[in-house]
Order: sequence, then structure tokens, then C-alpha cells
Amino acid sequence: MFKGVGIVSYGVAVPRMRIKVSEIARVWGKDGEKVSKGLGVREKTVASFDEDSCTLAVEASRVALRNQDASRIGAVFVGSESKPYAVKPTASIVAEAIGASPELTGGDLEFACKAGTASMQACLAMVASDMVEYGLAIGSDTAQGRPGDALEFSAGSGAAAVLIGRNPVAEFIDTYSYTTDTPDFWRRQHAEFPRHAGRFTGEPAYFKHVVSAGKGLLAKTATTPEDYDYAVFHQPNGKFPLQAAKLLGFPEEKVKQGLLTPLIGNTYSAAAMIGFASVLDVAEPGQKIFMVSYGSGAGSDAFAFEVKDGIKEARPEESVLALAEKDKVYVDYAVYAKHRRKLKTL
Amino acid sequence: MRSVSVIGVGMTKFGEHWDSSFREMVGEAGAKAVKDAGIEGRELQAIYGGCMASGRFIGQEHIGALIADQMGLNPIPSTRCEAACASGGVAFRQGFLSVASGAYDVVAVGGVEKMTDISTEDAALALGGAGDQEWELFNGATFPAIYALMARRHMLDYGTTEEQMAACAVKNHANATHNPYAQYRRAVTIEDVMNSGYIAEPLKLLDCSPITDGAAVAILCATEKARQFSSKPVEILASSQASDSLALADRKSLTGLSATRIAAEQAFKQAKLSPADIQVAEVHDCFTIAEVMAIEDLGFFKKGTGGKASADGETALNARVSVNTSGGLKACGHPVGATGVKQVVEACWQLRGEAEGRQAANVEHALTHNVGGSGATAVVHIFKRGD
Amino acid sequence: MRDALPLIWRNSSERYQLKGTVCENCGTAYFPPRKICAKCRRKGRLVAKIMPHDGKIVSYSKIHAAPAGFEVEAPYFVAIIELSNGARFLTQIVDTPDEKVREGAAVRLVFRRICEDEKEGAIAYGYKFKVV
Repeated sequence: MFKGVGIVSYGVAVPRMRIKVSEIARVWGKDGEKVSKGLGVREKTVASFDEDSCTLAVEASRVALRNQDASRIGAVFVGSESKPYAVKPTASIVAEAIGASPELTGGDLEFACKAGTASMQACLAMVASDMVEYGLAIGSDTAQGRPGDALEFSAGSGAAAVLIGRNPVAEFIDTYSYTTDTPDFWRRQHAEFPRHAGRFTGEPAYFKHVVSAGKGLLAKTATTPEDYDYAVFHQPNGKFPLQAAKLLGFPEEKVKQGLLTPLIGNTYSAAAMIGFASVLDVAEPGQKIFMVSYGSGAGSDAFAFEVKDGIKEARPEESVLALAEKDKVYVDYAVYAKHRRKLKTL
Repeated sequence: MRSVSVIGVGMTKFGEHWDSSFREMVGEAGAKAVKDAGIEGRELQAIYGGCMASGRFIGQEHIGALIADQMGLNPIPSTRCEAACASGGVAFRQGFLSVASGAYDVVAVGGVEKMTDISTEDAALALGGAGDQEWELFNGATFPAIYALMARRHMLDYGTTEEQMAACAVKNHANATHNPYAQYRRAVTIEDVMNSGYIAEPLKLLDCSPITDGAAVAILCATEKARQFSSKPVEILASSQASDSLALADRKSLTGLSATRIAAEQAFKQAKLSPADIQVAEVHDCFTIAEVMAIEDLGFFKKGTGGKASADGETALNARVSVNTSGGLKACGHPVGATGVKQVVEACWQLRGEAEGRQAANVEHALTHNVGGSGATAVVHIFKRGD
Repeated sequence: MRDALPLIWRNSSERYQLKGTVCENCGTAYFPPRKICAKCRRKGRLVAKIMPHDGKIVSYSKIHAAPAGFEVEAPYFVAIIELSNGARFLTQIVDTPDEKVREGAAVRLVFRRICEDEKEGAIAYGYKFKVV
């Protein structure tokens, strides 16, 4: 059904600034080493004052579209939970910035951290049904961490964009989603920071949905973890994906390449997709990729892809791992708070 | 075109006039000029008013009408002229042309700006309108930053130093200590300038002219009739004006203002003079680098040597050419629309021997140079002492 | 100016895509775009064209006293840059250590927030550049 449809190109964008988990811990009087180790996160990306989920979405898209004709894009979907506007789509700004306007559809999706992969499903369906020729799916966030909250250590900023169309370099095999009404993490309309249900976000939320979606896809495609060369999971910290892999039967070494959170923090709607991009940076034609995202509220999208010839030419100049390290500059908590508008009058 | 002379001048003190409104300043300067001209007032046939941004500073447009009304001069025609910081200069030129053409015999030219009724931030925003709003100011550039970009280039191309630019401020402050109309009457040292804190590198606080209130008025009369009113008319030998691109990036050069160069060439041609014939020059020093470029572009010093010349004292009182005897925009103050006319007032006082405390010796010819924005408009006038 | 939406919107496409104009008569590239060629005037034929995304710094200044709306970003760099097609314009230089902001430094386009009309107003996005 989906033959010949999939990822045509991809791109990732992360801000230049970093703050170490130990620096955040210092401010709150916590043991930095301990916190960092416990989370499996070393540092996170920090968006500058003039960056937001829209600018990062455009930067990631520009990388994805460097050898593509943007005017042939028929849909742009942006998944984010840190939109600059509550009402006014990021998608239309992105569409204008990349030169895809005006003959296209699209919009912004919200499903916590899985809004990016939900955008992928929308684009895959539209391309497979020939409703559009190309679809651009983006996951982008500059998620806000409540000062002093556990999530502040990991809430990072980043974006990933995948161009979906025919003659793919990563062919789409199938998808399976698992969705329930589970309020593990949320942000009310006018609230500045999200709230979460502590330990409830683990087993009944992340693990239940990731494992269910993962099992569901394996069953649907009649495959086992052995059939896949890489596994990418939503990565709110450096630990959950390893546990999820274990529960589903994927060995740890298949997860490593797609686990970026220890270096860049949790990039929310972009997280699984950035992990996916990192895998595409190295995967060879014929290899298979298993990806499961998770979005609080709650749901998981599981995907299976097969890498095709042409993947080499589709890779951006800089790999995700290179982007995570190059040109980075560390800031302290005060500068971080200024840029992230955590100071009251900003 | 027939010859035109300035038969009277007057100005308010320049400074922060909390007690004095726009119309009150106009009244004060106008009354002084009329008295100085030896006219009663009803001889005036037209008014030209230079004002950059009364709309944004005091919410008042239509100031041509306001001036005529406040001076009791209705129904004579009264026209506002605007060219950012050259508003006064272009108003003066329009006044000159109206008399030179024979349309009128006696006109008044005023320059006014009331800048301190709004916050400093809002004033800075309003001043930004002198540049390219949509493509320079919109991107976060400030007016000082635009001149700073020229300063940087001048330093790279000619080795001009921050100390050399500072010398312009030091000299202008020194001149202003003798000018009772100046906003700042205290001397500053090179060290003061160097330590005054960066506004937009390499320009520091004391490299920049201030926000000021003030008004200046000149009465123009056909030279052939001037002696009916004044015993010390000052003849206008040349009036010229030139334009250049609004945005700095569109200019051919970042180290000089071609509008100044062209206007100066035309003016010297009209007057049949050369820079060496000028004893006093009131030039547009909105920033110290502006004075450095001005004395080069006007032809007083070779391109690239303006910094050194300033530092070597070649523009001090009674040096090769006395530049900004009033204290310039820097120390006398810069009520934007008024500056161009104030320069004329100072030039006339110097030519008439009335510049108490700062009088240059043997002043035969004076030159005024008024610039709009970062160089999109330049106006040059040359004056001769009346016989 | 509050809520001057048409003003911000009118050239947003040009700001996002670095879309200028090129005169087909004399070949001059303009960014910001011009409707009339400064050299050819009536003889000019201007067409819209996306400008190259790379250039070099011609002059620069670090602004310390920022205008209203830009205070939090201060100090920041503005520069006049020249694109590889000769077009020159003023822009901010971001994401670059101070010592790398130099005359002649190679720069590349980035997409950033330029300013916003108060906290609840529309956001103006556009071009900035960083040294590569």
C-alpha cells in the first residue's frame, strides 16, 4: 500500500547555546553529578532570545530542502508544544520562508512530544493517497522548564524536518499508533509552564504507550526486533529509551545511534525525529529502522522504515552528532534565564 | 537669480527647556531675529520652517501654520521643510531660493525642535526615522550605529583612531565654554571621551551629540534692499544641496558623504571660492566621525587625514580653519530641525564680529554644512561679510 | 508603531526568503528590493530574485545602547554585509564570538525573530547572519 513512499530528505537544527545539568543543579542546591547520572543527560540546548520553535523549524526545513523544489510541497505540518502563537500557525510562516506558498495546505499539530511524528503520519497518508506530491513534516520545540522542577534539567530546544514523497531514500513500511486519554503531563491554556504527574509519567504513560505501540507494529508487520538494525524511541531522558528497548526486546547497541538526549536534552516534538535523523546519517541501504515516539496525553506512533539507495546523497553536510557538538557555547543559569524569558518582566 | 543677504538672526539657548514649549521657543527666537534685522515684522512675506519630527516629539504637525500664527504673521504663506537633521538647512535654502528668484523680498527662516517632552527611548526612536526605517532601524540599528559603521570603515581604511575622533569633541566643548547659547559649557578631555562608555562601537557617549530643545531664526532679504533694514547684512554667496541613498549600505563609499562633496563643490563654484578662503566653518558633527568626514568631504583636508588634522589642532579656533566655533552639534546641542539655522546664526555672528569669547580673527567668509540622516541630504551655504 | 500589521507583513516574504530584485538591463542586484533601478531608471527591468545566502562583512558595530524592543539582546552586532552577488545591506550578526566579527568575515543567512510589537503583538521574523 505504501510502496515507494517515504523520506526523501531530512534536516535538523539546534541552537548554539548549552547549559550543563550540573549548572542548573547548582542553582537549586542539588548534587549535579547525581542528577546528571540519574537522568542520563549531560547538558541541554538553549534557544537564544531571537530563536523559537518557528525559527528552528525553518532552519531544519532549509537543510532538508537544500536540493529540493519547495514549490512542489503540498502540505506542511508542524508539531510543537511551544508555539510562538497560540493562534496563528507556524506552518504558514515556514511555508512562506521556504518558498512553498501559496499552493499548499497544512497546520500546526499538538500532541505533546509526538506532534512531530503525527505530522509525519499525516504527510505519509497524503502522499500515499496522491493528495499531495510532497509533504513536509516538522517537529520543533523550545520547551519551557519550570524553574526548580525536575523537567527543567532536560527541557531543551531543537527541530527536525522530513520531506515525504515518492522515490524515498528511507521507504515507509507501516505505522501503528496507540492512543488513550492519559493526563500524565499537560499545560493549561494560559499557563506559562507545563505540569506533570511525577512518577505517573513512567509506567502508565510513557512505557504503556511506547510498548503497546511497539508490540502493535511488530505484530502488524509480522516482524521481530531482530529484523531491525536500529531502534529509535522518544527520549525524555537518557534512561527511558534504554528501558523501553529492553521491554520490547531490542538490544542496547541498536538504540545508541538514535539517542541524542544526553547531549542536547529533550527536544520534545523533535526528539524522536532527531534520533531518527541521526540514524539516517549512518544507516546503509537495506537496513531497517524501528521508531516509536511518545506524546503525553497520551499516545505513541510506531514506524518501520527501510533505507534505500540514495541515502548517502540525501544526508546533510553535517551529521546530527556533529551539530550537537560543533560551535556550542556554554551559558550559566542567569544568561539561560534571560534568553528563555524566565525573568518576570520579560 | 539675484543676490540674497541675511539681515538678522536670533536663537534661544540650546538645552533641556522644561519650562519652554515649542511655540514659546519659536516666539523667542523669532522676536530676537526680527529685532536684530531692524524690521517690524509686517515686512515679512513668507516663512520657511525647518522641523524634523514635531509629530513624534510633541504630536504636532502643520507647524508652518503654528509659527505664522504664534508670530502674529498671518496671512503670509508659511511652509514646513523636512530633511531629518538637515531640515533647518533645507528650509534656509528654500528661503534663499524664494528671495533669489524674485518671488519675495523679505522672508523668515526658522529651525525648531522640541525633543524633551517624550522619553529618551521614544526620542531615539523618532530620530531613527532619519535613517531607513524599514531596512536599517527595523533590524535593530540605531542612528549612532549607522555612523559607527562608517567610523569602523574609516579606521580600517585610513588608520583613524578613537582618540583622533575624540579630539573633535574636545575642541567643540572648548569652543562652547565661550558660547552662552550652548547646551554644554564645560570642557572635556580625550580621556573623558575615551572613558564615556560605548554606545555603538567605536562611538562612545561623548562622541555623540545630545538630545536638545531649541530654535533659531534668520531673516533673509534681497541684497539690493538689505541696507534699508540692516547696517551689517551678511551676503549669501552660495547655496547648494545634494542627495544620496537613504540607507548607508547603498552608498558608494562608507567613509565619506558624497552628498557633502557634491554640494560643497557646487557651492565653491557658485561662490568662486576654494576651501582655503573659508575662515569659519559650522559643520555637521552629529558624531565625532561626522566632523572628521565633513572636513575631508568639504575639501578642507585630504580624504583620510581628517582624524589627524583634528588631533593636531588644525580645526581649533584660529587654526587653518575654525571649525564649529559654536561648539558644533556636540557641545552647543542638536535640536534637530534648528541646527541648520543655528549654523547660519553662528556664521553671521562670526562675520559680523559679534561671537563674544569665541570670535575668530579676520573672518571674511564662513561656510555652513548641514546633513540629513547618515548623509542622504547635505546642504552647504557660503557667506561673505557685508561691506 | 503599534499593530502596524500591513507594514510588517508587506515585505515579510522578502525578509524570510532574502528575495530582492535584479535589473535585467544592467545586472545590478538589489536587496532590499527596489522597484526602480537606481542606475537605469526607465530603461531598467526589475525582476524578483532570491539572493544568495552567503556573503562577507564590510563593516560592523557592536551596539550597547539598544533601541526600544531590542534591550534584552544588547549588546549585539549590526553589520553591513555584501552578498556574493554584490548586494549590500545592513543586518544583525548573531551566534558568533566577538573576535570572529571582522571585516571580510564570511557570513551565512539564518532565520530569526527580528522584533515583536509588544509582548502580545505580532512577531516580525526575518534575516540575520552568522559568521561561518
